[in-house]
Amino acid sequence: MDNSKRYDRLLDRYKSGDVDRRSFLGLIGAAGLAYGVSTPFAKNALSAVKEVRFDGWGGVVSEAFRKHAFDPFTKATGVNVVDGTFGSGDEYISRVKASQNGEYNIAHLSGVFDYARYHELGLTSTLNEDNIPNLKNVIPKLVDVFRGVTDGKLSCVPFDYGTTGIAYNRKHISDEEMKEKGAKILLDERLKGKIGGWSDWRTRIWYAALQTGQDPNNATDMDAIWAAIRTHRDLLLKYWGSGAELMSLLAEEEIYVTEAWSGRVFALQEQGHDIGYMDPPNGFGWQECLFVLKGSPMEECEQLLNFMLSSEASIAVAEGQNYPPALDPAKVDLGKKIPTLPAFDPTGTLSGLTFANSDYWNGNQQAWSKEFGRIQKGY
Amino acid sequence: MARETREARQPWLLLSPALATIFFLLVVPVLFVVVYSFWLRTANGSDQPGFYLTNWIEVVTDPFYRDILFNTLKIAAVTTLLCAVLGYPTAYFIARSRGNKAMLLMFLMLPFWISYIIRTMSWINILGVSGALNSMLLALGIIETPLQLLYNEATVILGLVHFLLPFMILNIYVSVEGIDETLEDAACSLGSTRWQSFLEVTLPLSLPGLAAGGLLCFVLAAGTYITPLVLGGPRDAMFANLVFEAIITQLDWPLGSALSLVLVAVLGTLVFVYNRFFGMAQLMKGLS
Repeated sequence: MDNSKRYDRLLDRYKSGDVDRRSFLGLIGAAGLAYGVSTPFAKNALSAVKEVRFDGWGGVVSEAFRKHAFDPFTKATGVNVVDGTFGSGDEYISRVKASQNGEYNIAHLSGVFDYARYHELGLTSTLNEDNIPNLKNVIPKLVDVFRGVTDGKLSCVPFDYGTTGIAYNRKHISDEEMKEKGAKILLDERLKGKIGGWSDWRTRIWYAALQTGQDPNNATDMDAIWAAIRTHRDLLLKYWGSGAELMSLLAEEEIYVTEAWSGRVFALQEQGHDIGYMDPPNGFGWQECLFVLKGSPMEECEQLLNFMLSSEASIAVAEGQNYPPALDPAKVDLGKKIPTLPAFDPTGTLSGLTFANSDYWNGNQQAWSKEFGRIQKGY
Repeated sequence: MARETREARQPWLLLSPALATIFFLLVVPVLFVVVYSFWLRTANGSDQPGFYLTNWIEVVTDPFYRDILFNTLKIAAVTTLLCAVLGYPTAYFIARSRGNKAMLLMFLMLPFWISYIIRTMSWINILGVSGALNSMLLALGIIETPLQLLYNEATVILGLVHFLLPFMILNIYVSVEGIDETLEDAACSLGSTRWQSFLEVTLPLSLPGLAAGGLLCFVLAAGTYITPLVLGGPRDAMFANLVFEAIITQLDWPLGSALSLVLVAVLGTLVFVYNRFFGMAQLMKGLS
């Protein structure tokens, strides 16, 4: 029975004298109140399946997602994609922790270590891979590493990969000097006050391991690592906290050298800035995935993931954000621009990149992030 | 008797919506934070409920937190002093100007129409290596290479003064505006100079406004984290940055809660002392 019918019946009862005037008006008032209170929430609940929230890294990356994936997806399916941004994976996980189930849906996560953290916090979903046929075109090595964390199942699909190498201003640092000094350029006294650094504890420790000749995935001398981080801090102008800030500091020549994300440096080069990029031996390789949080509308999310893994969308986004897609070059023709991007592996084996060992990094996360926080502030 | 009871209840009934709002939106969340501060963070980032003093012992005994707190109070004090020195003449000028007071007050309000973050970031375009100031100095031939002006304690204080100066001016303005101008004339007619009448009459009478502005500026400066994040260098972190890091970066909400309560306690003590000597009425006058 709909509400109009209910009202008509109540009106009939009032007219025929079954209900007195006070009760009639009271019931109408109560119905109005119930409708007024429930409507905003009911609207949200009903519209949830028409909307998926996506959070990513902002800047040129978000622009590429919006233009090449979300808008065409909404046009094709009618499902709206609301996109938000975050400055770091830590910031995002904190927001998710404070949220209600289903408030956040899909995130563009970096690194397997973050995926493992979500799994440990019980925030992973289980994807129905039958709904994502384009997953078969993804580089198998990228998929397998995620399956290893979540007992053979998937809560995400790999989407792209890149490196955190070293960006340098060619007006002040030559390619030869970079080749000679590698990661140690970030500890060069000559560049004091013109050095930058990402305020991410993992990246700082990774580069300190390279600077002290250690394996970044199995450092044995942590004292040497903290000492290198302190030396870098004392030569530093500023720790940057986002891709946009990184690009601004390099473009405005506030800093001449910093570790940097490969795609952002490529974007600067495209804009005409004479910025070089180098991946030192054992440089920081990472893969990014589209992760679906527990409590999300799964069918719509899977639909979006499949759309984004289609070669058209995936290549267009990759060309926009300047990171190679997770699609296997042996199975999909990736066009002309992608093979020119930094970190691109034409073999699809990714054997040349060193990725973070999630067990090792997550096992030390609590102690190391805290220690770095202190050193960062002068201790 | 029944009427008296009813009359006694009336103020509470009238106040109840405001009291309920304060209780549910301020007191209850703060109580949550208090409870959180006694919990622990587990290795994977989830919280372990219970009653542990670990966070409090760490916050109270670790010199790292104490040093950053002192540095924060120092930066807030310098900012407040600069706001007072810059704000007093401006407020005095507005209060004593004839005719264009409303327009001058509107100019004072203009910065509030722009986001605080945007206003803070605007200094990057002014003081940056290729910013307006360096470009001008280079063009005039005063310098040959750009000066490194950004990302130090001075720029943090500059950003805070830029943000807080209007609060100081408004409070002093309200105070000076309320002083009878004929008192200064009377002092002059009794032989004092203009400067003496200002020092002996106007300044003492405007002190409550200065103190209210000072309190506001100090509390807001000590609680900020955006300005040091945008304009500060590696050693310019303030106490609120520690709270941000504990909660966001380290996912250690219990420690972040303890840190935030320490800041609330320190600033709350300051407000208490202010209230003891000046009362909150002047502050309300300045804000209204």
